[in-house]
Amino acid sequence: MAKKKFVVASFDDEANLFPAVEKTRKAGYKIHDVYTPFPMHGLDHVMGLRETSLHTAGFIYGILGTCTALGCMSWIFVSDWPQIYDGKPHFALPAFIPITFELTVLFAAVGMVYTFCWLCQLAPFVKKHIFHPRQTDDIFVMAVECTAQTDVAELERFFDDKGTVSVEIQEAEAGWWWGRFDKEQQIINENAVEVL
Amino acid sequence: MASIKTQFVIPAKMKTWSYGLMGVGILAFLIGFFTMGMSSDPHQSATFWGTIMYNSVYFLLITNIAMFFYCALTLGMSAWQVSFSRVAEAISAAVPVLGLVAGVLLIGLVVTKSHIYHWTDVDAVKADAILTHKHGFLNAPFYILWTVASIGLWALLGARMRKFTQEADQPFEDPHHKQKFIFRKTVNASLFLAWFAVTAGCVTPWMWLMSLDPHWYSTMYSWYIFASSFVGGLALITLFVIYLKNKGYLELTNQEHLHDLGKFLFAFSIFWTYIWFAQYMLIWYANIPEETIYFKTRIQGEFKGVFFLNLVINFVCPILILMSRPAKRNYTMMTFMAVLLLFGHWLDFYQIIMGSVSVHHITLGWLDFGIAALFVGITIYLVGKALAKRPLVPKYDPFLKESIIHHT
Repeated sequence: MAKKKFVVASFDDEANLFPAVEKTRKAGYKIHDVYTPFPMHGLDHVMGLRETSLHTAGFIYGILGTCTALGCMSWIFVSDWPQIYDGKPHFALPAFIPITFELTVLFAAVGMVYTFCWLCQLAPFVKKHIFHPRQTDDIFVMAVECTAQTDVAELERFFDDKGTVSVEIQEAEAGWWWGRFDKEQQIINENAVEVL
Repeated sequence: MASIKTQFVIPAKMKTWSYGLMGVGILAFLIGFFTMGMSSDPHQSATFWGTIMYNSVYFLLITNIAMFFYCALTLGMSAWQVSFSRVAEAISAAVPVLGLVAGVLLIGLVVTKSHIYHWTDVDAVKADAILTHKHGFLNAPFYILWTVASIGLWALLGARMRKFTQEADQPFEDPHHKQKFIFRKTVNASLFLAWFAVTAGCVTPWMWLMSLDPHWYSTMYSWYIFASSFVGGLALITLFVIYLKNKGYLELTNQEHLHDLGKFLFAFSIFWTYIWFAQYMLIWYANIPEETIYFKTRIQGEFKGVFFLNLVINFVCPILILMSRPAKRNYTMMTFMAVLLLFGHWLDFYQIIMGSVSVHHITLGWLDFGIAALFVGITIYLVGKALAKRPLVPKYDPFLKESIIHHT
């Protein structure tokens, strides 16, 4: 992954955050991500994110589970090892239903968890840059990525009237990496702490 | 707030439709009564009275479910339903009249020792060890007492709740009164729910419906009846909400509320299937003749088509159609599904009751649809009247704001 330059704007009030995010997007800046201490309704719409397709993935996993269970049991009880249990036919569909149901739920649930982790790039030992030490506490943080076309000074001035508590420039890893936060990777930005 | 329309005026078309349906129904009732009800053939008269019986019980249970819905959500401290809660309350206002119809009919069937209830035949009970054993439960005095108590207390406790919620039409003096209002509302709700649990969720379906096959029993039965009527009741609430929205009322109710109603319809259709299957599989697995008799007549007999159609309408359709988010937020789709499920569970009640009353002949025909029209007409008429009687939105309900900003 590559190091990139970010303009990081912090807010202490979501009433300022929402219009700021919307204006930043409308102005054509590239929002890297917005970090909030708690889930916020409607932030995804303001950021212009598309609807998640996680449920479609869940449906496909579910169908996969149904087919696995029904296929497996039918093959075992009908052709691989046919035996008569309790006078029931080999293909005893009602007896298969509970297991089919369980496997449908299991496949859908487990599949969706892993898909979610994949989409959010979450895994054990995966680290990502933390833009602000208080982004999980009481500060709302918007990281705007500086591309080759971005006029950084202008972007900083752009936030002047947006109700921020601090605006700073950070050079940081944009993606994720394995391992640990090393010493060069300043988790706690002294500058930001002083401002607050 | 001042600009919303809170007073429902019954449209002329609604009146015409309700009178028309009732007219058709009464005509069907009279023709049926003289051609079948008066017939000396016990099978003919049983078919006639059975048809009236399942229709009246179905419509009584689904209107009563509206009050269950309201009370259960109240007890769960839920707020999203407040903006249309008066619709649910208005539907439950039909319970006293429909209850009177169903109660008189059911008690009449027992008092006259109708052919429908085999256990009312004294000689047959004496000759039958199983029925003699069950006599302590299945006897006319207890049946009458329990029927009167069930319907009477549903109507009374429901009316008490409806009367109590009128307090939310005037502003509260201070926050303390609001707290008190909420607390007393939960008390009223729990009173209704406690009685509902021992009647509709337990003993009443055993008496009214399961005793049609007096030898047969199932521990899932009351839950099955409850699940079926709950989906029907939710569909009824959804239909009235959409109707009022179409007429320009309920400005505070929007897609978000419809979405949640859709989730309820979807979830409880799956719940119904779960109960359906739990009842079916245990009996299929154990394969004991006294138990399988119920399914034998339905799966291998004349009722085969209706039995599986019931499963397609009430399980396959909702799980495939209502699964996606856009479908639950679409007024046309939700109207279609509500009508379909209302019909589907009516059909479910048809096979539950007529599968036992008329074992060898499928009787679905003009009489069934005629009598259904009668009850639909009565329901529309009573609910329309109840809606017009009170403001459509409880303006000062402490939870109203939460309902307005509801977001799924």
